[in-house]
Amino acid sequence: MKKILLLGMVIFLLGLLAACGGGEESSGGSADETLEAGSDIEDATELTFWTFAGTHAEFFNDAAERWNEENPDRAIKLISETYPFDQMHNNLLLALQSGEGAPDLVDIEIAKFPNFLQGDIQLESLNDQLDPIIDNFVTERLDMYSKEDQYYGAPTHLGATVVYYNMDIMDEAGVDIDSIDTWDDYVEAGKQVLESTGKPMSVIPTNWYGFWPYISQKGSGFFDDNGELTLANEDNIETLKFIDEMVNEHEIAVVPPGADFHTEEFYGFMNDGGAASMTVPMYYMKDFTEYMPDLNGKIQIRPMPVWSDSDIRSVAMGGTGTAVTSQSADVELAKEFLSFTKLSEEGNIQLWKQLGFDPPRWDVWDDPEVRADNEFYEYFHDDIFDILLDIRDDISGVNMTEYTPDVLEELGANVLHGVIREDNREPEDALKETAETLKGQMQ
Amino acid sequence: MLETPTKTNVEVNRESSRLKRMLNFLNSKKVVPYVFILPFVISFLLLTFIPAVQAFVMSFQKVLPGQTTFIGWQNYERILNPTFYKALSNTTIYVILTVLILVIVPIILSVFLDSKLVRFKTFFRASLFIPSLASIIVAGTIFRMVFGESEVAVANQVVTFFGFEPVDWRYNSWSAMLLMVLLCSWRWMGVNVLYFLAALQNVPKELYEAADIDGANVIQKFLYVTLPHLKPIVIFVSTISIINGFRMFEESYVFWETNSPGNIGLTVVGYMYQQGIQQNDMGFGAAVGVVLILIIFVISFVQLLLTGAFKRGDE
Repeated sequence: MKKILLLGMVIFLLGLLAACGGGEESSGGSADETLEAGSDIEDATELTFWTFAGTHAEFFNDAAERWNEENPDRAIKLISETYPFDQMHNNLLLALQSGEGAPDLVDIEIAKFPNFLQGDIQLESLNDQLDPIIDNFVTERLDMYSKEDQYYGAPTHLGATVVYYNMDIMDEAGVDIDSIDTWDDYVEAGKQVLESTGKPMSVIPTNWYGFWPYISQKGSGFFDDNGELTLANEDNIETLKFIDEMVNEHEIAVVPPGADFHTEEFYGFMNDGGAASMTVPMYYMKDFTEYMPDLNGKIQIRPMPVWSDSDIRSVAMGGTGTAVTSQSADVELAKEFLSFTKLSEEGNIQLWKQLGFDPPRWDVWDDPEVRADNEFYEYFHDDIFDILLDIRDDISGVNMTEYTPDVLEELGANVLHGVIREDNREPEDALKETAETLKGQMQ
Repeated sequence: MLETPTKTNVEVNRESSRLKRMLNFLNSKKVVPYVFILPFVISFLLLTFIPAVQAFVMSFQKVLPGQTTFIGWQNYERILNPTFYKALSNTTIYVILTVLILVIVPIILSVFLDSKLVRFKTFFRASLFIPSLASIIVAGTIFRMVFGESEVAVANQVVTFFGFEPVDWRYNSWSAMLLMVLLCSWRWMGVNVLYFLAALQNVPKELYEAADIDGANVIQKFLYVTLPHLKPIVIFVSTISIINGFRMFEESYVFWETNSPGNIGLTVVGYMYQQGIQQNDMGFGAAVGVVLILIIFVISFVQLLLTGAFKRGDE
């Protein structure tokens, strides 16, 4: 009997070791890349900035140099560290949870943002910076990073969802893209494209990019204003049915290789004229110019086709909010610098010039500096911002709650995979079942 | 200095005798083992035991910055959901497959490698062992490329060569399981072969001679002489494989990170990581961890009872 107990203990300890061992691959570690600005200035206040995008680090680095020129008495030494996506968010979560080790400024991706708006919020409100200029913003974008009327994130772009058409294929099929007003027109055009070129009209990824923009455009979402889950409501079921039909019935849309818009496989597929169009936020311009050189001059941007029962022309999607953490040694300075970098007029102009992002401040959209020729106008066409100005009042935002990350997770893992790719689940059943699962999680 | 020489001598004597007694004490048969295991015990207590107890406490809490509250059994009540069942069933299938493969195949391989008929033994032994030295991240990246979706990926070229349709390896549940099991088996095969090879050296030659005299054929010799002598190693290898199987994380992570389509690659530890860290629900993650400990404990216990590992050899 003693022996059994002893061996039992041993197994128990092994089990403990086992359960504590998982996840070691992803914790800790140093930054992939570190940039420093203002390190040669004496008395400069040191600020750290974490991001998961190397281009954002360069952007902040450049901003710090401009700041130091304009504010020599309040110079800053900015250290920008780039980490892998998951690692950065995990480290930030643990740093804020434990009250130690967080940076002054940090990029938080939209799907992760609600995780940081729980408990005693460890981010600083940006309202004092935003209040005087808020009328110049498309506020739907700011709302995504807010809780109880406090804004915590400075947006990187508006992320207005648009359709990118490959004109080579559209011309071959004889489709006039300006005649596509509604999604039904889009499907009809798609059939024409498929018939004459054999190519799919569209690509539907099996993560939330294949669903969220479409329901938001219908004025629907995952939650109502009271925070009640509305995932399986009439509009959403109808929309998912529509998408399912595009892929599995009319076969005018396919799941992109790699199942996502940001994979090597997909870049190659699209670059080779694999699909006639794709629906994705404006920020994707940079992906076109970087990874699809063969499509130079062949792509036209248009607002999304509308649903017959809604006027919404575009949806602000994706995007990263930069926040100031409460652990910052100089919160005021960090906030002012953030405001200078991303909220000011100049900052918004730079967002377009350096990163090719549609600035969240609409008052810079016809600024001569924004209109000045650059690689994006060359690759696409000149009237990009006229299109945006035209639909400015018809851009919808999305309603974020603390459970939004769970919904996005479930959508990718269960709903879209089964309904769109495997085609073995009915849209209605999939959404209703997932809604039940989520309600269990939301206690 | 010269004033009280005797006193100093006495002091020196006293000190040295104290030192001696101290050393004697540390050297005594009763104490010495504890001295040697002390470093392990300390690191175990600090790095494993205390965090484990904290995790246990945490599993009854909702952990948010500045607002940690006890919520009773709520985390445990939420565990019984379809995603957890999916993770558990994935993990269980994975454990069964890896245990079967990693016990049976290495036995056969090690018998071959031990046989006098096989040539280039060292080469085969080394090439079986080398995969276990590879980093799983590196190996996983290569595997992901080999099993890419495109038609020119290695695996699909092989499949199409034999006249089958190319497969979307990472998007079907059967092929997802295949990928994970394959990666794990490929990595640990060599290690297990080593264990069995070592055990084979201990089988007395006389027994084979006796069996020869009794007219036993090759298969009979394997079943009635070799296998019984391998039993302790079989128990050891299967226990380790079961425990490692249930705590599996990396084999799934390298293929899909934590979000596999239809959760086909989700494991219990992956679920714990996803919910606890990625979704900022540490209390729930801790509860999943506690349930996992219990599962591993019960299964290992039952397994060791059934295989008779608790019995003495002479009973």
